[in-house]
Parts: sequence; C-alpha cells; structure tokens
Amino acid sequence: MTTPTIVLVGHGMVGQRFLEALADRGVTERARIVVLCEEPRPAYDRVQLTSYFSGKTPDDLSMVEDGFMERHGIELYTDEPVVAIDRAARTVTARSGRTVAYDHLVLATGSYPFVPPVPGKDATGCFVYRTIEDLLAIEEYAKTATTGAVVGGGLLGLEAAGALKGLGLDTHIVEFAPRLMPVQVDEGGGAALLRTIEQMGLTVHTGTGTQEVVTADGSVTGMRLSDGSELAVDMVVFSAGVRPRDQLARECGLDVGERGGIAVDAHCRTSDPAVFAIGECALAADGRVYGLVAPGYEMAQTVAGVLAEEEPGDGFTGADLSTKLKLLGVDVASFGDAHGTTEGCLDVVYADSRAGVYKKLVVDGEGRLLGGVLVGDAESYGLLRPLTGTRPPVSPEQLVLPAGAGAPVALGPSALPDDAVICSCHNVTKHAITQCASLPEVKKCTKAGTGCGSCVKVIEKLLPKAADQGLCGCFSYSRSELYEIARTLRVTSFAALLDSHGRDGAKGGEGCEVCKPTVGSILASLAPAIGLDGYILDGEQAALQDTNDHHLANLQRNGSYSVVPRIPGGEITPEKLIVIGEVARDYGLYTKITGGQRIDLFGARVDQLPAIWTRLVDAGFESGHAYGKALRTVKSCVGQTWCRYGVQDSVKMAIQLELRYRGLRAPHKLKSAVSGCARECAEAQSKDFGVIATANGWNLYVGGNGGATPRHADLLAQDLSDAELIRLIDRFLMFYIRTADRLERTSVWLERLEGGLDHLRDVIVKDSLGLCDELEGLMAAHVADYQDEWARTLDDPERLRRFVSFVNAPETPDPTVRFVPERDQIKPDLTILTIGTLEGASR
Amino acid sequence: MTTATLELSPAPDSWMAVCEEARLTPGRGLAALLPDGRQAAVFRDRAGRAYAIDNRDPFTGAQVLSRGLIGTADGRPFVASPLLKQRFDLETGRCLDDDEVTVAVYPVRLT
Ligand SMILES: Cc1cc2nc3c(=O)[nH]c(=O)nc-3n(C[C@H](O)[C@H](O)[C@H](O)COP(=O)(O)OP(=O)(O)OC[C@H]3O[C@@H](n4cnc5c(N)ncnc54)[C@H](O)[C@@H]3O)c2cc1C
Ligand code: SF4
Ligand code: FES
Repeated sequence: MTTPTIVLVGHGMVGQRFLEALADRGVTERARIVVLCEEPRPAYDRVQLTSYFSGKTPDDLSMVEDGFMERHGIELYTDEPVVAIDRAARTVTARSGRTVAYDHLVLATGSYPFVPPVPGKDATGCFVYRTIEDLLAIEEYAKTATTGAVVGGGLLGLEAAGALKGLGLDTHIVEFAPRLMPVQVDEGGGAALLRTIEQMGLTVHTGTGTQEVVTADGSVTGMRLSDGSELAVDMVVFSAGVRPRDQLARECGLDVGERGGIAVDAHCRTSDPAVFAIGECALAADGRVYGLVAPGYEMAQTVAGVLAEEEPGDGFTGADLSTKLKLLGVDVASFGDAHGTTEGCLDVVYADSRAGVYKKLVVDGEGRLLGGVLVGDAESYGLLRPLTGTRPPVSPEQLVLPAGAGAPVALGPSALPDDAVICSCHNVTKHAITQCASLPEVKKCTKAGTGCGSCVKVIEKLLPKAADQGLCGCFSYSRSELYEIARTLRVTSFAALLDSHGRDGAKGGEGCEVCKPTVGSILASLAPAIGLDGYILDGEQAALQDTNDHHLANLQRNGSYSVVPRIPGGEITPEKLIVIGEVARDYGLYTKITGGQRIDLFGARVDQLPAIWTRLVDAGFESGHAYGKALRTVKSCVGQTWCRYGVQDSVKMAIQLELRYRGLRAPHKLKSAVSGCARECAEAQSKDFGVIATANGWNLYVGGNGGATPRHADLLAQDLSDAELIRLIDRFLMFYIRTADRLERTSVWLERLEGGLDHLRDVIVKDSLGLCDELEGLMAAHVADYQDEWARTLDDPERLRRFVSFVNAPETPDPTVRFVPERDQIKPDLTILTIGTLEGASR
Repeated sequence: MTTATLELSPAPDSWMAVCEEARLTPGRGLAALLPDGRQAAVFRDRAGRAYAIDNRDPFTGAQVLSRGLIGTADGRPFVASPLLKQRFDLETGRCLDDDEVTVAVYPVRLT
C-alpha cells in the first residue's frame, strides 16, 4: 500500500489545530502531509492579533511549537497560495506552479474582511484588520496620521478602534446598526458599552453608514456618512464583517451556500468525499458559518478523527456562540439565547449606567436559564454559561445582582453538574477538571484555560485547596496573613509574633529556618510603617536573617563570600570601574560580569568583607543587595541617547527606578529592566517589572521571569508618563509584598492571584479596593527611610565584630578557605574541603 | 556589665574559653578555632542555653555551620546549614534530614 497524501490549504488557526489533531492520532506517521499557506508566516494566534500593539511580536503570536513540523515530517510551504483545484486529477496547483497530488484535501482558508463597495475604498490609507501584515501596514501609516475612522462597530471594529487609539489617533467608530456590537449584545448592553467607550475619548456614530471615502491625490482625507455629515480623517480601517473564502471551492464546482461558505456535512465533508472544509470557510451542517475559533477547532478534530478512521461520532452539528471578550478594557459576554428569541421567554435585567454595568438573563416560563448578556462586569460568565439550559439553584435576580448588594452569592461552581462544559474553547467538562490537582495540571492535561482564559476563575474554584496553608511547622498562617498581622497589630519582633500567633507547640521556641527569614523580611519591608529601624542587623532582627543577609554578602560553596556593589542601570564611570578592578586585584578576587549588568567579586573571606567595603563605600559604591530577597537590578539599554532606534532615555529611567526601590525587601528577589524602544534589548519582558519605551511614554509589564521557569511578562498599562509609571510600580510592588507567599516570584504570584491580571489591574490601576493610597504611602516611607546597609555597618565598630572567622582568634583567617588558579584567576580549592575534620586539622 | 564566659570542652577533661556570652546574639552562632585546628560552631538560643557542634558541614565540607539559622523542631533545637539547608540536632549532632550523618558535639558551660 502506498502512503496516502493529505493536503491542507490554508495554515490559519484551524489549520494548525487540524495538524495537531492529526499528530495526536498518529496520522502524521502514516501519511504524507503537505500544507500550502498563503501568508508569509506559519499559523499565528489571530484572536490575539491586537496584542501586537501592546508589544507582542509576530513570533510571540506563533501557534506552532518549535520543531513541530520537523518532528512530524509535515511539509509546509509559506507564501504559496493555492490557485486551482483539479478534482478529477486530484491535484492542487499553487501560485508558483507547484502541483501536489492528494488523496484527501482539506480546505481551511478562513475568511476575508468584507469591504463595502463605497467610492474611494481602495485609496491609500484604507486598511482591513485580519493579518499581521495588515497590522504592520496600519502601524506604519499611523505614524503620519492624526485621525482615523473604523467602519464597523462589532467585535473586530472595536478591537481595531482600540488599536488606532493606542497608536495615538483621534478615533471614530461608524456603525450602521443602532448600537455597538449588534450581534452579541442587546440594546441595553450596547448603551452601557457606548457610554464607557465614549468616556475613553472615542467618538461613536451609530445608525449611520459610510457613503464615500473622500480622497485627494489618491489618499484618504475624509469620510462622508449617510446622514450627510463629513469627518476629516487620515485613515480608514474597514471592519464590517467577514465573508468565507470559498472562491477555490466555487471554481472547482463544489457546493457552496447561497450566502457563501463551502457546504459540508456533519463530518465536514464537501460535496466531493475526498475534500473537506473546516473553520471559517465552511458552511456547517446546521446551515451556519461560524466566525469564531472554537467551532473551527471542533471541526478540525472531527476531520482528523475521520482521517484516522476512528469510529464515526456525531461529528460537528453546531456550536455554542458564547463569547467573553475584553474590548477596550470593557468586559463583554454573551451566551445562549442572548437576544431572547425563544417564544415566551422573560428578561431579568440589572443596569447601573454610572458604573457602565449592564446584565441581562433570559429565562423561560419554568425558570430555566436560556442565555444572557453581560457588559462591564462579566465576572459570572464562567458560571452562567455552563448553567444554560438548566434551572439555576438560586433565583435569576440573585444571579445578576452585584456581590454585596444584598445578594447572597450562594452559587458556586459546586452547583454545576459534572457534565457541564466549563471551558468552551476546548470543550472540557467539570468532571475532567476535577480529576486534576492544580491549575497547571489542568492546563497541561485538558488544555482548559489556555484559549480565551475566561474559564480560569471557575476552574480555580473547582480545584481542591491545599489542606494546611501554614507557612511552616511554627505558623499556621501564610506569609501574607503574617504580613497583615504584623502591619495591623504593629508587631515588631519575631518572638512576640511567634508567641502570640505561632502554632501551639511552637510558641516560646526558636522558630525555624523557614519562618525566621520570612518574618525578618516582613519586618524589613514594613519597618518604617511599624516604627522599626530599617537596618536589619541589630538586635533580634540580626538573628532572623539568612547568612547572606547577616554578612551582607553571598555565601559560596567553600565558605567564602562574593561581593556585588550596586551599579544602577548598569551605568558606570571609568573611575569606578578602576576602583572595582583595584579592589579585586588587591584582594585576589575572582571577577565576573553578571546577567544584571554589574560585577560580582568572588572569594572574599568573611573577615575581609569590611576592608573591601570600606574601599568600595569610599569610592561611592553602595550595597547591591545581591544577597537579599530584595530589588536586585534594573537593567537598561542605552536608549535614545545613543541608539538610533531609541524613543526615550531608558538609562535615566532605569537609574531612577533602581535608586527608588533599592533596599526594598520582598518575598523573593526582584529584577527589572528598561528598554528604549520596542526592540527590547534590555529584555524587560522577562522581569518582575519591565518597562518599554513608546513614542508617548512607557509601557509597564509585570510578572515576567527568566531562569528555570520562564514567563513572559503581562502588559499592565500603556503610554504612561514618568510619574504615572512610578506610581503604578509603587503600587504593584507593595501589593505584591503584601499578598505573595514566601519565596514566590511575581510570575508565580500573578498566576495564582485570583482573577489574575484583570484583578491586579482593578486593584492597582482602578483602585477597586481603595488600597492605593496606602500602598503608595508604604512605598514613600520606604524611599524616605532608605540608607545604605554597608555604610551603616562600617560606621559602627560594634556591628563589625561579627566579621571574623573565629570569635576566639579574631586575627586568624579560616585556613580551609583556600584557592587554586584557573584561567588567570582563582577558584575554590575543593580538595581541602573533602578531607574530613581530623585530617584537616593535621594540615 | 560583666557577663559570663562561654567555655567549651574540645577533649575530655579540658575546657577552653570561647568568648563572652554576650558576644552571641540569641538565635545565632559563631565559629571557634580549637587547639588542634578543628573548628566548632557555638550557639545561644532565646532561653539563653548554649550549644557547640562541629563547624564543618558534612554535606559540602565547608566550615559554615556556625552561620546557619537555629530553630526548634518537635521541641528540639537544631541548626540548618546555610549552604544546602540540612538540619542538625544541636544536642546530639544527628542530621534530621539524613539518618546516616552526624556531626560531633562539644560540651559547653558558662562560668
Ligand atoms: C482581530 C481579530 C480578533 C478576533 N477575536 C476573536 C475572539 O475573540 N474569539 C474568537 O472565537 N474568534 C475571534 N476571531 C476570529 C478567529 O480569528 C477566526 O475564527 C479564526 O482565525 C478562524 O480560523 P481559520 O483557520 O478558519 O481561518 P484563518 O485563521 O483566517 O486562516 C485561514 C488561512 O488560510 C489562508 N488561505 C486562504 N486562502 C488560501 C489559499 N487559496 N491558499 C493557501 N492559503 C490560503 C489565509 O491566508 C489564512 O492564513 C478574531 C479575528 C480577528 C481578525
Ligand atoms: S531597545 Fe531600542 S533603544 Fe534600546 S538599544 Fe535596543 S533598539 Fe536601541
Ligand atoms: S473558555 Fe476559553 S480558555 Fe476556557
């Protein structure tokens, strides 16, 4: 038997999912697979397209895992659109002339944006919004434009409008229907949305069409509307709906629908059994063309199942059109029979126009939930959608009232039946989710939560809580709870905290190596606010610090220490570099440039630290806190001052931030970086807080991480002024310090935070908890209170007494800290350490 | 203010002075050099009790146990190595995280 060939035309979101589904079923091993792709790049996440404008690169958006094609032996040709299908010969021909014979042909050609046939629609300055190339073109053109209009006030139109606004244009939205998002929301929802969007400074024209794009010399200068008015605009983005790309199918005689779409049966077979169509180009068996990605994924699975010769199931018979989106920062969700078209149905509406919140549920005469619309507050979407078709355990009014408005929020996900679909992107049921122990496990095993993300909150509530959240054997409280206790009760000593709030068996004891440094760090973070001295090495506080903090240096494997002076922003004068070099030379230290743009000096004995630091402090250096769970560095690129691409002074900002937050003790170390433009040479998106310059200011990213578990930072806010940036970072850091667990980096904390990035934004940008004044106050106190730890230590002979190798022989250096040469420097002599105590003694 | 002197017995029937008791911050340790070249780690706890064990961390070979943090587990005092965090009972020298390993313990007294 010869190997069959499967040809896929179109490598979009659904096409890629189809390839993955083939690979999952082992079909890639049995068949030759050829992919012909019109775009110049492999499949990317079109749903997240707009995030390109918030700093995601085309590579970030890619949906193809590295090595996927090679691993599965898939032949992929980009920039290679198919121009003809010969069904009799079973071949397809691409633009380059390449002809490929197929046994099975799968069309996944998606849609094209519909551009209404108005005069001027092809002028320079007219765009559509579908591909990365479209966005690159819009971005380029917007550089010389000041005003833009988007034709279409639906889902995509609002995304496009948000993008234009983000590019700094005065933005108009023109929508033919009497309200925004006519497909998804009803009149009340549209009104709530309108108010919020207008408050953001966009101009909305509803109930009016576009009559003409006005041009001069072939370029856009304005737009005439059907109500006779004229807008002066420099560019126009058409976003008036999409049409299935069924041209190829039409030309080779396959059945297509009256209003477009390649007609398929429940198994996505076209009128030719050797040809399938999936995704947005298909007219499904239920007579609908689905413009959403989830139904397309289901079709992809269906066809992969057919080609794998699985037992045929029901196939694809229709899908849920529920959506939850964040448009211009506003939550919008609709599900089920959102428009109340079912006979005899009733509405339950809650509206708060001041807050821009509108919620409507549609129920039938027996109280069954049929659908709904949520605008401005879509919190309950994850719960309501799976309840559709059932009679909810509480009354509909209680389901729409905001929490705290007298509504007993009695409804938790435990009320859902086992077969309720919790994740509609990946069709995952409650039962499947409850088989997992943690959110990462759910994402890995079921993919739930990895699509639009709207189901994550509900998933979290379904997972078991760890039984004992206590910090350690001594405390049953978590770190954040202890922080609150210390802050509100102004507890300033570890012993007092242990004796009053420790576990019964631990009261009066010593604590342990887990809680002592944790409480030490809490007290240090809170010091000015609870009336403690910020110097961490006097009195009881000295006994709480790990050895690194205790000696203000980093312990290395042979008992020696390394020394890292602060070099803010990585900027250093030649004179200071020379001092570092001289100190290293005079003390025979091993020197290495760190990843944080500073210099690490290794191999100092504990008794040498004060002398080394005396020279460094005299030359103007300060502690770099490389030893602490504290701010480490704020890296920077040279930025606008030198770099031809730079748009802001990134070095200046990095220095300002590093000096502001130096010495700030936190649940874990904190790293930061500032890049002078979107090229991101400082790698700010891998930092706890990263800053990237824009033409209008700064974008702030949070929760990034490098190291063993890398995480791309999330964009928290855009185009901030210097003052806005600093204010947000102040709040972010203090909120993290307040609520994180011990040794929890911001990346893990943000993943765990209930409500995730949205919640964080609510708290620190919109001040939903009314906390921001307090957070800023805490940071102001820290900044005012900061003093260099090494300078303070050197000032006091009493404090220097700990820096001896032996308390009974202060002049004797530790003979086991020895070094041998390597590559013109030193390295620890480990042989001496492998000799047991007694033999060591005889040397 | 006069304070007591901490003494340690490096070998049977011999005592040596280490330091004044007040040199030791409660909850922390210091290293002492013994006459034969060995090193001891001496500690004082919150209640004022003193302890001395060998300073050498048997897992890494480095002379660092005196720089560990002390704590209480099940009512018994321990020190956690500052390098890889194994814990050692301050009264018996037994490693709490590895049954096979013990470090030497030295008698101490305050005079
Ligand atoms: C800005 C934006 C936001 C969106 N937001 C959401 C959302 O929030 N939720 C949601 O569910 N959906 C959303 N969508 C819709 C979603 O992106 C689509 O449903 C999804 O991409 C459909 O996948 P597909 O593979 O069918 O089509 P596409 O992803 O469009 O892929 C089709 C591919 O086929 C190629 N092609 C076409 N003809 C040929 C040919 N002759 N030869 C070779 N290749 C060809 C095209 O170039 C294209 O690359 C959004 C879309 C956009 C543009
Ligand atoms: S990030 Fe931009 S400004 Fe900074 S060095 Fe790179 S290209 Fe230049
Ligand atoms: S519903 Fe979209 S990821 Fe789960």
